[in-house]
Amino acid sequence: MIGGFSYDLIALQMVTGVALGAIYVLLAIGLSLIFGLLNVVNFAHGAFFMVGAYVGVFLFGLTGNFWVSLVITPLLVGGLGLIVERFMVRPLYGRGIDYPLLLTFGLSYVMIEAIRMTFGLTGLRLPTPPELRGAVNIGVGFFPLYRLFLIAITAVIIGALWYFIERTRYGLIIRAGARDPEIVQVLGIDIARIWLMVFGIGTGVAGLSGVLAAPLQGVTPEMGVPVLAEAFVVTVVGGMGSLVGAVIAGLLVGIVVAMTSLVAPDMAKVAIFTLMAVVLLVRPRGIMGRAGGLG
Amino acid sequence: MKMDSNTTAPGINRRGLLKGAAAVGLTTLASTSIFSIARAQTAPIRIGFPVPLTGPFGAEANDQVKAAQIAVKEFNDAGGFEGRMAELLVRDDKLNPGEAATRTLELIEKDKVNFIVGSLSAAVQLSINNVSKERGVIFNSISQSDAINEVKDWSKFTFHEALNPHITAGAVGRYAFGKFGKKVAFLTADYAYGHEMVRGFQRAGKDFNIETVADIRHPIGASDYSAFLPRIQALQPDILCICNFGRDQVISITQATEFGLKGKTKIVAPVLLYTARQAGGDAFEGVIGGTSYYWGLENQIPSAKVLNDKFRAANGGAVPSDYGALGYAGVRSVLEAVKTAKSTDTEKVIVGMRGLKYDWYKGPQYYRGCDHQSVQSVIIVESKHKDMKHKNDVFSVVSIEAPDEAKLRTCEEMGHKA
Repeated sequence: MIGGFSYDLIALQMVTGVALGAIYVLLAIGLSLIFGLLNVVNFAHGAFFMVGAYVGVFLFGLTGNFWVSLVITPLLVGGLGLIVERFMVRPLYGRGIDYPLLLTFGLSYVMIEAIRMTFGLTGLRLPTPPELRGAVNIGVGFFPLYRLFLIAITAVIIGALWYFIERTRYGLIIRAGARDPEIVQVLGIDIARIWLMVFGIGTGVAGLSGVLAAPLQGVTPEMGVPVLAEAFVVTVVGGMGSLVGAVIAGLLVGIVVAMTSLVAPDMAKVAIFTLMAVVLLVRPRGIMGRAGGLG
Repeated sequence: MKMDSNTTAPGINRRGLLKGAAAVGLTTLASTSIFSIARAQTAPIRIGFPVPLTGPFGAEANDQVKAAQIAVKEFNDAGGFEGRMAELLVRDDKLNPGEAATRTLELIEKDKVNFIVGSLSAAVQLSINNVSKERGVIFNSISQSDAINEVKDWSKFTFHEALNPHITAGAVGRYAFGKFGKKVAFLTADYAYGHEMVRGFQRAGKDFNIETVADIRHPIGASDYSAFLPRIQALQPDILCICNFGRDQVISITQATEFGLKGKTKIVAPVLLYTARQAGGDAFEGVIGGTSYYWGLENQIPSAKVLNDKFRAANGGAVPSDYGALGYAGVRSVLEAVKTAKSTDTEKVIVGMRGLKYDWYKGPQYYRGCDHQSVQSVIIVESKHKDMKHKNDVFSVVSIEAPDEAKLRTCEEMGHKA
């Protein structure tokens, strides 16, 4: 027993925190990827997340199969991301960080209104797939199967992204492009296509998080709004633009929320921002941040 | 044609022009004043309707609008009042007290509404009430609150059509504590509604000697409750009272079910929403709660059948939700009082409303004299799943607490003179 709580409960609460963290990580990596490689602060990230949930529900309505939704939604939302990058964000490169920020900020309102007009104000539901319903005993208590699945799929996505960026030829070009776009262009590589692809991947992951979050919290036009704030906190704590940072920070935020909820539930939301303040005081660039990110 | 200096245009001299202008001016003046007199006789009776169309209570608010429109249509189809038709001015208060105050002020000052009906939050309705009582406009609130009828917030312009937390949580508590056990945990939205519901449960629980094992508060509009659930699971309460509303209710009950809480614990909601049950689906199975109205009452109550049929006809076969029906009742009470008072004058309509003994949709009701709280029945429902006959067949009515002033807090306790 610690502070009146049994070890089993504390362990179960840790697992809950990790599952919560998995959602934070998924949300933050898309944001972090786009910022780290394109220097674009994507304020429409929450809206892409929300559109992902709606596309997921729509596809589920057509096919009746959650897994089909899960695979196709990120492709469609990523496709939407490609269009946004090509025709809206691209003309603003080289004009300072606030131009794409304002653009995506406005775009998020347009997307929310468009969804309200198409699907109504009241929200929809995406049922948990039957094979992932219910809770299983994980040794310290019962835990929902779907949340375990979330932890697993987050690990797979992080692994795949890491492999893609660190171990493939495309990843090499992306990293080189992030460091010095001019040199990459001089070497005869079409940097614009790389940026397009990165934006597509970032928004696609946001869409995927939307489908994954839908069975947990339902689907509404405003669901991306709080998510954007949380994703930014995770990105800032982890260090703007750092993939590893986003993973560490996401899990950290999840665990802090879970542990605070156990001891002082009222403080859970404040705890996220307290963590951010503390990290920024100690490491102003975030846990894994590099110098001059916002320059 | 001869042109001289007095001529401004061919055939028209200055004197003529001035005469003409004066004549036109006079005619215009005369016609507008005649028009205004005529308009006063046929001006619509305007009802401002601020509700949170967007945000976590959007589903319920939209249903309130649909049902309120039925009350307006009913009134107008019956010829209105002395040829004056009713008009509903719907505004989105975004579940924000400041926004609600601004919209209410606009409705009163700019749109010149005769009455305000609406609100869907224990907190926001107090802000609407503040504005309307200062301006001397009747406000009929259609969502739960204990505070609005207490003397510090109340005014003679304040009416409360909805149930209140004291009586609702009280009725649900009286039903549940005897049946399911005395070890009780609370998961509560951290604002007026949640706090008042917990108070209502605990007060009713005194007679049953309940033991509160946890009282957990969550922020309104939260999207994840998982961090609160392992602790509740470990405490193994007999009853978990989930005191929140709208989307919060859908998500928290869904997640509690997902964590397997129902194995040892009965989940109880002070207000079990029809809309939330529709959105949450089978996760709600077995959940018990109170409600002001369930469409299924139509088998027992003729007025319920009348409202349901009108609502079905207007909304493609859908039935009115609990809070939707309150939107209907709130507007209808005001309009019926206009008819009995034979006036839209605020003072006369207040007298009209105070005198109403009505059965709009759920059996007999009336406004208590001291605080204008509508005295009415509380219905206890249990959520079905497997034995549903069709998609609207989501609840079974397990108990009805008849309208009874004795179940309300006394006028003296609320600070009123009896």
